[in-house]
Amino acid sequence: MSFDLNFIGILIGAIMASSVPLILAASGELITERSGVLNLGVEGMMIIGAISGFALMVITDNLFLAVIGSMLSGLIISIIFGVLTQSLLTNHVATGLALTIFGIGMSAMIGKNFVGIPGKEFPLLFINLKENFPFLGPILFGHSIILYFAFLLPFLTNYFLKKTKIGLIIRAVGDSPTSASNQGINVTLVRYSCILYGGAMCGLAGAYLSLIYTPQWIENMTGGRGWIALALVVFATWSPIKVLIGALIFGGITILQLHMQAVGLRIPVQLLSALPYIMTIIVLVVISRDSRKIKLNTPTSLGQIFYKEK
Amino acid sequence: MYKNFLRYIISVLFLLGVSGQANADFKVGFVYVGPTGDHGWTYQHDEGRKAVEAAGIKTTYVESVPEGADAERVIRQLAQSGHDLIFTTSFGYMDPTNKVAKDFPNVKFEHATGYKREHSNVSTYSARFYEGRTLLGHMAGKMTKTNVIGYIASFPIPEVIRGINAMTLAAQKVNPDIKTKIVWVFTWYDPGKESEAAQALIDQGADVIMQHTDSTAPVQVAEKAGVWSFGQASDMQRFAPKSILTSIIDDWAPYYVERSIAARDGTWKQQDTWHGLKEGMVAMAPYNSAMGSDLVKEVEQLQKDLASGKTHSFTGPIYDQKGNILVAEGSVADDGMLAGMNVYVKGVEGDIPQ
Repeated sequence: MSFDLNFIGILIGAIMASSVPLILAASGELITERSGVLNLGVEGMMIIGAISGFALMVITDNLFLAVIGSMLSGLIISIIFGVLTQSLLTNHVATGLALTIFGIGMSAMIGKNFVGIPGKEFPLLFINLKENFPFLGPILFGHSIILYFAFLLPFLTNYFLKKTKIGLIIRAVGDSPTSASNQGINVTLVRYSCILYGGAMCGLAGAYLSLIYTPQWIENMTGGRGWIALALVVFATWSPIKVLIGALIFGGITILQLHMQAVGLRIPVQLLSALPYIMTIIVLVVISRDSRKIKLNTPTSLGQIFYKEK
Repeated sequence: MYKNFLRYIISVLFLLGVSGQANADFKVGFVYVGPTGDHGWTYQHDEGRKAVEAAGIKTTYVESVPEGADAERVIRQLAQSGHDLIFTTSFGYMDPTNKVAKDFPNVKFEHATGYKREHSNVSTYSARFYEGRTLLGHMAGKMTKTNVIGYIASFPIPEVIRGINAMTLAAQKVNPDIKTKIVWVFTWYDPGKESEAAQALIDQGADVIMQHTDSTAPVQVAEKAGVWSFGQASDMQRFAPKSILTSIIDDWAPYYVERSIAARDGTWKQQDTWHGLKEGMVAMAPYNSAMGSDLVKEVEQLQKDLASGKTHSFTGPIYDQKGNILVAEGSVADDGMLAGMNVYVKGVEGDIPQ
């Protein structure tokens, strides 16, 4: 492996790009879960976002509309989940699983007409600065606007949950919907909003895949990333910053292990392939050992059905 | 009297209908490992299915069936629901296919790329993709400037290893300095992972990329990075018009139509089919003129020689990585050896994952 600085910069840039869908989807799901709702439909919402974004790009030839549309479609599909779990009080786990299955099937159906159409070039920012600075150039510059947003998002989420009133309300609802309701908070409304927000972020994560990362529509193109995002939220013990760290480790080792293979290191390839999963879990478990903090961050009512007694 | 007559007519018509249906009821089932929209492996199998349908035979298919326990359930389901002939189109369906075949002796099974025919109702078929890989190796060896060829491999099975070896041997013949770098992704189909693998190989100095996975993602990465690439299973040219030198095309349609008609007419027999460039089961997409007319002519000639049998992809002397002789000078590898190939030839770097 060549170890010059610029190469390492390029590598880090690639790692950042590969972790974007995980960060977006996990940050969205984190807000949903903090309000006490467990939505296992992340993969389904992502894939719907991916196809809607791509389809809109083909139809309107406008990337801005495509990105907005993907978020809207993620949001719309999460309404189904909201109505079922919040208004009709169905089981969160079963409904979320159904949403994933529905999303994958639905996206394949819509996508039939969009298979085999090459994608459009997505504008990358500061591309000329990328070449000018060795090492830092490929890390900081030449990315899509969605990547910059994704890397800001965990910090914004952290601030939002800890320092704003709405953040506090969301956490209160997630910890004890009954107490929150007694305080006059409309629990159902808060949970609905969090579900919709989660849906929009998952939609955006999907659009990142179909518009920027592998710009084309291919069935099942999310390839299980929604499930990894879900796992990240839990292993990061519902902390946005740890979600970011986890996503980077996962993306990082995924890419590094490919490089290690290409170099021809004599490590069993199966072990290398399993490494991203193993390392992410180990690191997140180690950095989240503080049981007091876990208690503080875990939404106690996660996955429980809430209905207001009349 | 009149009423009875009507009843008689109706029952005769009904019987005719039923017996007519017996023939029309002949159904062929397909099991796919990926989605039909992958524009690669599964897409080509589905094109074959459509040809069967066009020949007037009913077909159904199940797509994205994982290899393993799920596969057996799906194959069994197809056998139970009245399919007379079932094509299982991935290597990993080998054991499930044979298992189900044992329980349904009246149903015919066709397993792609496998070698197990444990029951008389199981046939196997495959294409000599390695002949295409030989052509790719020739082009790669001539086109590379860094002398590094990047290879995205799926699973360590003989078919994939044969492809790596055939490509490397052909590339060495025209360029003794080439190195083949291999990345195993352990999936047939994951666009994200495949493109990451392609990028890693390019970052490691490869300026020609080829894949034994099914999505179009790697050729798109190659297009963006300005390196050469080859399409897999179907013509992927429009996904990377500048980068793709050619694609290996799998053409299953004639075989599927022939076997379906044979099964319908009762002439189906167990067999093991391995067709290549000669029979047209392996075909090459148009060659990219960017490689120069001389090289195009050379490759076209090589393609003709491979098809006619004048040249063989595995002509001795061939050595393994340790320098032991695999194929003696002057002879060619026999089909048995090719089918079970599980060692790299000299010049390939790394170990085969066990």
